[in-house]
Amino acid sequence: MKKLINQPDSFVRESLAGMAAAHSSLLKVNFDPTFVYRADAPVTGKVAIISGGGSGHEPMHAGFVGMGMLDAACPGEVFTSPTPDQMLAAAKQVDGGAGVLYIVKNYSGDVMNFEMATELARVEDIRVLNVLIDDDVAVQDSLYTQGRRGVGTTVLAEKICGAAAADGYNLPQVADFCRRVNLNGRSMGMALTSCTVPTKGSPTFSLGDREMEIGIGIHGEPGRERMSLKSVDEITEILALSIINDRPYSRTVREWDETQEEWVDVELVNSEFKSGDRVLAFVNGMGGTPLSELYIVYRKLAEICQKQGLQIVRNLIGNYITSLEMQGCSITLLKVDDEMLRLWDTPVKTASLCW
Amino acid sequence: MNKEQVIQWLQNFAAEIEQNKEYLTELDAAIGDADHGINMDRGFKKVASQLSSVADKDISTILKTVSMTLISTVGGASGPLYGTFFLRASTAVTGKEELATEDLLKLLQAGLEGVVQRGKAHLGDKTMIDVLLPVVDSFQQSVDNNKNILETMQQVVLVAEQAMKETILMLAKKGRASYLGDRSIGHQDPGATSTYLMLKSLLATLEN
Repeated sequence: MKKLINQPDSFVRESLAGMAAAHSSLLKVNFDPTFVYRADAPVTGKVAIISGGGSGHEPMHAGFVGMGMLDAACPGEVFTSPTPDQMLAAAKQVDGGAGVLYIVKNYSGDVMNFEMATELARVEDIRVLNVLIDDDVAVQDSLYTQGRRGVGTTVLAEKICGAAAADGYNLPQVADFCRRVNLNGRSMGMALTSCTVPTKGSPTFSLGDREMEIGIGIHGEPGRERMSLKSVDEITEILALSIINDRPYSRTVREWDETQEEWVDVELVNSEFKSGDRVLAFVNGMGGTPLSELYIVYRKLAEICQKQGLQIVRNLIGNYITSLEMQGCSITLLKVDDEMLRLWDTPVKTASLCW
Repeated sequence: MNKEQVIQWLQNFAAEIEQNKEYLTELDAAIGDADHGINMDRGFKKVASQLSSVADKDISTILKTVSMTLISTVGGASGPLYGTFFLRASTAVTGKEELATEDLLKLLQAGLEGVVQRGKAHLGDKTMIDVLLPVVDSFQQSVDNNKNILETMQQVVLVAEQAMKETILMLAKKGRASYLGDRSIGHQDPGATSTYLMLKSLLATLEN
């Protein structure tokens, strides 16, 4: 393993300390428990947005803390969800009196820890709701699996909901909106190589020189199949068509019900893409793929969308939700409406997303 | 089982996890994300360092301390699952300074129920429940047959080992392993393995 790290155990802490030093006007870092929060938090009267997950996906989530996006991010160890005390401490720090929305990716560890954090926050009279992101079409069903993973749409939901909160939406409105973004976003990823988790020191999985893994999540875990390497155009077609041809997907998610003060099962279904839809196209690198290659993917994606009658009205291309140094990419398409577009366009000032 | 033995059990378990850290991580690398051994070791190292400060407390308090430590240091799926196991276990033995065989049964039953509720997994999903559930059944049978605590745990560990090995043939339906589909078959579940180690360390404590 060759990496720019001192000790595997100090990886997360030293990276966050560097981040705090580099962006002191935007964010602060609290250690023990660990969380990153916007420098001017709490913002009185504004719904606070908190996300979190394992480290190793930078810039997600800490890179999105700042004005118009996240109020706090809770980083766990590499690829390991953070703990409930981190999430609770972050909520206490950034709650401006209008409540807190936890944006949670659908991974078993993240889901369980955020559920515990929600229960703890409620005991301390902090108003908290949580919304799951589960947009990965590589996972076909939720009956025999943990359900679809939360991947690329997470970044888009964090930006759009961050803008909604800044715009004065109240907590249930922000939560509903987040759910709507999730139901309109779909993603699919692929890997050319594995990554190496620092504490383990060797690659998590091995891929031959002429092999690739299609349908990965953000830790390289497989979704569909391992196949022989194809051209970028063919890969882009596989990813894009998996998203565009995906059928309505139904799942049951557990959400906190404020009136009943308990968890309830909610059935959610998303609709398919249709010719004429306006979309935000997001080409994401997994950390080890150059931007030039991501633009080759985008070039083909734009051509496919045009053929399918999908109008790309906004785009985002770059490394935003990564898997350490893994080579590969993911594509996310988000069906947008006027409200989402307006909020996507509002100014954002974070370490890694700024306009 | 007195509380010195409970403390000894937890120390043995922490040592067992440390010894098997790389083995658990290898099992997890095959079907998960290669952190089970590392995460459990981080949690139980912290647990081991705190045991002396609660050694004079009742068993319920000791187990609750274990739970809170695991919840705040492990993360991932094993943090809430093991944390909930010990939290429920602690409430099943409130105020006890000593555990009769029936008390240990109640402890394991309550822990199992907590894990089932938190993780929403069922028998056969290739998780720690595939060890815990047959273990509780076996324990119940031993209690019904008036076996002593040592005989009971000897039988329980045999059942646990067998159940752990049976996860090799299972198709994972929970956690990250579930995304592998058929490819998860042929690999032993890391959570089931650490659960077996927990019971093995309990037996080792009683045998000494």
